[in-house]
Amino acid sequence: MNLNSVRAIYLFEMHRTRRTLLQSIFAPVITTSLYFVVFGAAIGARIPEIEGVSYGAFIVPGLVMLTLLTQSVSNASFGIFFPKFSRTIYEVLSAPISHFEIVVSYVGAAATKSVIVGLIILATAGLFVPLHVEHPLWMLLFLLLTSITFSLFGFVLGIWADNFEKLQLVPLLVITPLTFLGGSFYSISMLPPFWQTVTLFNPVVYLVSGFRWSFYGIADVHIGVSIAMTFFFLAVFAAIAAWMFKTGYRLKP
Amino acid sequence: MHPIIEISRLSKTYASGFKALEAVDLDIRRGEIFALLGPNGAGKTTLISIVCGLVTPTSGQVTVGGHDIIRGYRAARSLIGLVPQELTTDAFETVLATVSFSRGLFGKSPDPTYIEKVLRDLSLWDKRHNKLLMLSGGMKRRVLIAKALSHEPRILFLDEPTAGVDVELRRDMWNLVRKLRDNGVTIILTTHYIEEAEEMADRIGVISQGRLILVEDKQTLMHKLGRKQLTLQLEAPLDRIPDGLAAHKLELAGDGHELVFTYETQGERTGILPLLQDLREAGIGFRDLQTTQSSLEDIFVSLVRNGR
Ligand SMILES: Nc1ncnc2c1ncn2[C@@H]1O[C@H](COP(=O)(O)OP(=O)(O)OP(=O)(O)O)[C@@H](O)[C@H]1O
Ligand SMILES: [Mg+2]
Repeated sequence: MNLNSVRAIYLFEMHRTRRTLLQSIFAPVITTSLYFVVFGAAIGARIPEIEGVSYGAFIVPGLVMLTLLTQSVSNASFGIFFPKFSRTIYEVLSAPISHFEIVVSYVGAAATKSVIVGLIILATAGLFVPLHVEHPLWMLLFLLLTSITFSLFGFVLGIWADNFEKLQLVPLLVITPLTFLGGSFYSISMLPPFWQTVTLFNPVVYLVSGFRWSFYGIADVHIGVSIAMTFFFLAVFAAIAAWMFKTGYRLKP
Repeated sequence: MHPIIEISRLSKTYASGFKALEAVDLDIRRGEIFALLGPNGAGKTTLISIVCGLVTPTSGQVTVGGHDIIRGYRAARSLIGLVPQELTTDAFETVLATVSFSRGLFGKSPDPTYIEKVLRDLSLWDKRHNKLLMLSGGMKRRVLIAKALSHEPRILFLDEPTAGVDVELRRDMWNLVRKLRDNGVTIILTTHYIEEAEEMADRIGVISQGRLILVEDKQTLMHKLGRKQLTLQLEAPLDRIPDGLAAHKLELAGDGHELVFTYETQGERTGILPLLQDLREAGIGFRDLQTTQSSLEDIFVSLVRNGR
């Protein structure tokens, strides 16, 4: 492992984050606060407890997950798309650094940022509802794993996208709907049986369910399944990234 | 001594089907300044990009410092500094940050003293806290050179380093290149201008339409290419070249209104003075005169036409 190179890219990316601190940290915090005001306070007051958890508290894991996914995807995709777009990527591609190291640095930086934002969101949530985390270590593991997995997805997206529209459309048209339909704001068991089955094809269900389990011990699918699925997604995205580098897809003519 | 770069049978066909390089063989000697000359689209950047790992070769082999650029990419690439043709910089970074980043990226541990030296050599030290987007084009070019030098490369690629650069920077750049060469760095530069190659290079390669047409020592090549033409506009037209001038290898042009004399610029004597003397003796007067140097494009055309 070429640590100097990895550190250089990682710190460069973290520095970029610091430069855009306002939009990268405050924007998600404000968005999440709005969700709490609308869903938690206004609507939540009329919704009964779900499996013994107040609605306001019930949506916390889903909201954090929503932020994690969108942040990871947008950070990581932008992180690699921009140098590709501005052509400064020539330097990284000509450096004595392996594909794996490139991925580790970019994805590592994006995931770090997501974890930070996720924790801040969690703290913000604590201002609105009493927080309770039953399995803190599992909670952190899910936080970390989701950030890495979807930063990797963002990285792949950033290499694939050849214009800004694609870069923005995918999170908007894929990630956000999947998250909303993935049980962030409701329990899957509230759906009619047919839709319960359909929902199982939505990867986000496994993430939200596992994450919620680490908070309240309640889950839509078994925790083991959640973890296995998360690793499965990680493996899929890693395989795509590896293929992209191997073939030089949209990176090397 | 073993060549520092060995390129053999290197070909590149882009996805579009365009053949940018065809079976290029080239050895770069350790410590030399090599100029790669060629018109637009000849394949200069493609060749450099393959050696630096930015473009995947279609076939052929390249070794750098004895390391295959694919199997031994780490060792090969850490020897190379690349200054690309395009001015691509991270707009929001500062000069110092971006140059320090390059050093780390190439696996070297931080060395502020060395970075300071590089920045001072390139007159960038005073601008080290400036954001790159505030720099002029020439300054950005300097930054790209500083980035390439930040990791103490043994080989430096300069892809059209003097495109859009003023006289002062050009002079600075040549001084820097000479200094680097004195420190044992091998330098490969591309250019459209034969004068530039003449000024700097030890050896010159000419590439056209993806083929390396010739590689030669500068002295030899300059001798071959360094032809000039002197055109005399005559006061009175001639219908043939007078016998007294036969020794001068003259040509008549412009319906006998012009006399064209071709001579070697590198020669000991150009032969212009004796010619003028003989003209006076023959009583041939001229109104005006001009000299022209065959352009690089002409030279390429004749090289390509004459085969290899
Ligand atoms: N990614 C690509 N896909 C298809 N064709 C390409 C690609 N990159 C370059 N080419 C073509 O390959 C040829 C050689 O390009 P290259 O950039 O190597 O030329 P060059 O000698 O550097 O020219 P210049 O002096 O203009 O910089 C050109 O005709 C160019 O259009
Ligand atoms: Mg070029």
